[in-house]
Amino acid sequence: MSILIKLSTTLRDLVPGYDPETGLLVTPKEEESSLTAGELARRIGIPHEEIKIVMVNGRQSGLESPVRDGDRVAYFPAVGGG
Amino acid sequence: MFRFLRVNMATKSCVFEDIPEEYAGLGGRALTSTIVAREVNPICTPLGPHNKLVFAPGLLGATNSPNSNRISVGCKSPLTEGIKESNSGGQPGGHLAKLGIMAIIVEDMATEGEWWQLEISKDSAKLVPSTVAGLNNFDAVAKLVEQYGKDCSYVTIGRAGEFKLTAASIAFTDRELRPQRHAGRGGVGAVMGSKGLKAIIINPEGGKNHALVDEEGFKAASKRFAKALTSHPVTGKGLAEYGTAVLVNILHEAGGLPTRNFTCGQFEHHEAVSGERMNQLTKERGGEGAVAHGCMSGCIIRCSGIFPDENGKFKSKWPEYETLWCFGPHSNIDDLDLICTFDHMCDDIGVDTIDVGVAVGVAMAGGGIPLGDGKAVMEAMKGISEGTPLGRIIGCGTATTGRVFGVRRVPCVKGQSLPAYDPRAVKGVGVTYATTPMGADHTAGYAVTANILNCGGYVDPLKKEGQIELSRNLQIATASVDSVGLCLFTAFAILDIPDALAAIVDMLNAKYGWKLTGDDVVTLGQRILSTEIDFNRRAGITEAADHLPDFFSDEPVAPHNTTFDITPEELQTTFNWIKK
Ligand code: SF4
Repeated sequence: MSILIKLSTTLRDLVPGYDPETGLLVTPKEEESSLTAGELARRIGIPHEEIKIVMVNGRQSGLESPVRDGDRVAYFPAVGGG
Repeated sequence: MFRFLRVNMATKSCVFEDIPEEYAGLGGRALTSTIVAREVNPICTPLGPHNKLVFAPGLLGATNSPNSNRISVGCKSPLTEGIKESNSGGQPGGHLAKLGIMAIIVEDMATEGEWWQLEISKDSAKLVPSTVAGLNNFDAVAKLVEQYGKDCSYVTIGRAGEFKLTAASIAFTDRELRPQRHAGRGGVGAVMGSKGLKAIIINPEGGKNHALVDEEGFKAASKRFAKALTSHPVTGKGLAEYGTAVLVNILHEAGGLPTRNFTCGQFEHHEAVSGERMNQLTKERGGEGAVAHGCMSGCIIRCSGIFPDENGKFKSKWPEYETLWCFGPHSNIDDLDLICTFDHMCDDIGVDTIDVGVAVGVAMAGGGIPLGDGKAVMEAMKGISEGTPLGRIIGCGTATTGRVFGVRRVPCVKGQSLPAYDPRAVKGVGVTYATTPMGADHTAGYAVTANILNCGGYVDPLKKEGQIELSRNLQIATASVDSVGLCLFTAFAILDIPDALAAIVDMLNAKYGWKLTGDDVVTLGQRILSTEIDFNRRAGITEAADHLPDFFSDEPVAPHNTTFDITPEELQTTFNWIKK
């Protein structure tokens, strides 16, 4: 089991080799059973100040939200359109 | 110096007149809606002689304020049968403002079958027989440029407008003389066509920026406003890099990207039609493509990139998110090049990308076009210009198409199609769709900001709590922004940086010698909405029309499996300052 990470726009440039089609699969270690979205971001090299929006399974969450095996976590910088 | 230009298509008289007292201090949407409400009989036939077509730049037009040269178009809409304001970028707004023309009011109709063009310069205006009748926008403008030169700006309708199709748009040329900025919504192009007016040519020679009561004060305030725009990550960088198309992936992620005519909230091929992909292809292909392109003078946000084809040749402007969505996920198409071709065809033929793109997906739902069949869509789109039966049907928009093909899910409010946010997963914008006097329109109160983008606070998009208040406040603010002549995308900075609104108020005061406060901006917004709603009531559109089609409350949408559960009674509390 693992966590699927999706990145948007400029955040993609921070993770070398990121494939937008498949996203990034991260397998948490045993001892990381209480991993948060913020810790996960740091682990793949994305500084918190780059992140404006976090979605866990399609719901807005904070960097402090816990993430679990099988979750889908998406990070966005400030984006807008209309 | 400020004046109106009144044009009568029957008598061909073109008269400059002083601005009547009751219109003093109004611009943009405030002006078009007030003129339409006062001068147009609400029960008139929209494509008949009693309707009027009004063009008005905003209050900060022809100044050095950033992003303030938009133009509003107003009339009674043949699509919604209610009042309409549709606004656009491009050069004509700034040019008219520089000539001191605060409104053009086009009245009555030419003899059926005759086409005229209106020549406007500093001290004269006249109607002459059109030299470009029968042409679509790009050919028409190319020919007009040969005739009138590169310094003018141009307002045209394509063949859809000539056919008076109810999704026809009015095109405004951008800085490179491409007719690809449009007043798209509500069939304003059909009204222009019904008048027999094919084109307007604006020669800005001798025009100048407006005098300012307090020059230094204006300069300082304008600097502060520019600083707010450049320092906000969305208006300073994001929109320039990715266009509005950046929304594809985030709406997919949030489950609010309506797919296959609103039967699902996610599209499996979202990445292929995303802003990220558009940015990447534009850079890889190079040539005439461009990232960060402004559609009008004074724009510092620059969201309107240019998309090149495989050989680097111009293919289209960057399609807006809504266009990508309706010809893409909504129609089950994942070919970005093809969608850009459709975008360009809409610009050329002169139709609203939203109402026509949504019509395409609705026709698919009804068996009129095979699902996801790009070739068949291409034929149907050509048919708009050729006047084929299918072309005329989709050119009349979503409501007509749904009726013709017997479709259960017709995503419209007051006859106008819903844009690209599923109201079951982005409930705040659902309130706006249901209640705005314009018919379903995201720009009328863009609650996606607080629902999805974490801009201007946060309101959970899946819950009903807080959505009505959110939509109300945004609808009020938007009516004011549309009157000032500002591009709505400035709102990202306005919502997050308090000094941005203060700077706008200071610019208005410094230009006109007024003493407005932030509260007056709210009052102005409310007044505009009250005027528009009152017109609709007199046209026979009651509050009973303020609701979404029932499939949104009947059918939960994946992935969140929510319905639109805000009741009609609750929706009727949106405009709570209006007495019943
Ligand atoms: S931000 Fe985009 S739509 Fe607005 S004026 Fe600039 S280019 Fe035009």
